[in-house]
Amino acid sequence: MSHAANLPLWAALLVALLLVLGSGLTLLGAIGLVRLDSFYKRVHSPTLGTTWGTGGILLGSMLFFSMIEGRPVLHELLIAVFVTVTTPVTLMLLARAALYRDRMEKNPEVPTFTAVAERSSEVVVKGTKNGEPEKS
Amino acid sequence: MTRVLPYPLLAASLLAMWLLLNGFTPGHLLLGAVIALVASHMMSALQPSKPRLRRWTRIAHLMGIVFVDILRSNIAVARIVLGGKNPQVVSGFVAIPLEMRDPTGLAFLACIITSTPGTAWVEYRSADDLLLIHVLDVVSEDSWSDLIKNRYEALLMEIFE
Amino acid sequence: MSAAILLWAVTISQIFLALAALCCGFRLFRGPRAQDRVLALDALYVCAMLMLLTFGIRTGSTLYFEAALVIALLGFVSTSALAKFLMRGEVIE
Repeated sequence: MSHAANLPLWAALLVALLLVLGSGLTLLGAIGLVRLDSFYKRVHSPTLGTTWGTGGILLGSMLFFSMIEGRPVLHELLIAVFVTVTTPVTLMLLARAALYRDRMEKNPEVPTFTAVAERSSEVVVKGTKNGEPEKS
Repeated sequence: MTRVLPYPLLAASLLAMWLLLNGFTPGHLLLGAVIALVASHMMSALQPSKPRLRRWTRIAHLMGIVFVDILRSNIAVARIVLGGKNPQVVSGFVAIPLEMRDPTGLAFLACIITSTPGTAWVEYRSADDLLLIHVLDVVSEDSWSDLIKNRYEALLMEIFE
Repeated sequence: MSAAILLWAVTISQIFLALAALCCGFRLFRGPRAQDRVLALDALYVCAMLMLLTFGIRTGSTLYFEAALVIALLGFVSTSALAKFLMRGEVIE
């Protein structure tokens, strides 16, 4: 890390904080992926890594290279914009695919759209365990 | 103006992307500008519907709200993931009747809801104007439909409709 | 001093990201259903991208940025193709 020797202390501390925060949030999201017990709950956990996890590491990297090279290095912004735009799209597609598959198999925990429409505007399925069929 | 630059926002963001990737030099500025012009003309062959922005000034307000909400729900979801031996949260599907019809506004709403940890956009049927979202922790708010409608939909309707 | 701080921070965050990738790998192999595996693969892509960015900070080279961008692009395309496959059973129809 000899290239970082002449970095001012405050910048090093800030970069370190952002890096650890970002990777920590990504790790928490991945732990959620393991611990939560149904697919629809697990959909929520990778967004921890893609919002503030990615954001922290990208900010840290931007700050680090800007200080090292003595000019604003902003190309990490491209990754940030790209990740913010694409993650919701993939998660939406995946959730809809899962919903479609569950409805095809008549999984009782997943509401049909007409059932939702009839009971409009409030919670449709409550339950701590969405019983999933075990085979894939 | 519309003949030369059919999609000014698209052209500007393409130019910005080119300069970010290649570094700022006068040569790259020229090349990027040419590429952005040609690409936005090609885009007009696809004839996408043009989103109309009514009020620019509210976009900053919306971004601020989303920024803070994502931070807050990051903390909330992290707490759920770490809490207890077996995370037992009451999660469920919530149906929300929407008033917004503008496709761009709906796309923005979908991105906001899905990229906020804790809520995910699942299904929308334009025939019924009804949206189905999945919420990780249902009990943390009194009414999710009020939250979505007052916090995001009203602002998005101000911007796009 | 600042080099030591940064070295430690980069090492810690690389360990975190490796653990995160392991968690995603567990879900990828465990399933139980195909959509869980695709979700885990998407999260794995994000972990790999962030890992490359931390390697860039460790070596002080901006070359890793391009690789991270390519991984982000590929992750999006592959996950949306897989989601489409789950829905219809075929990608091109």
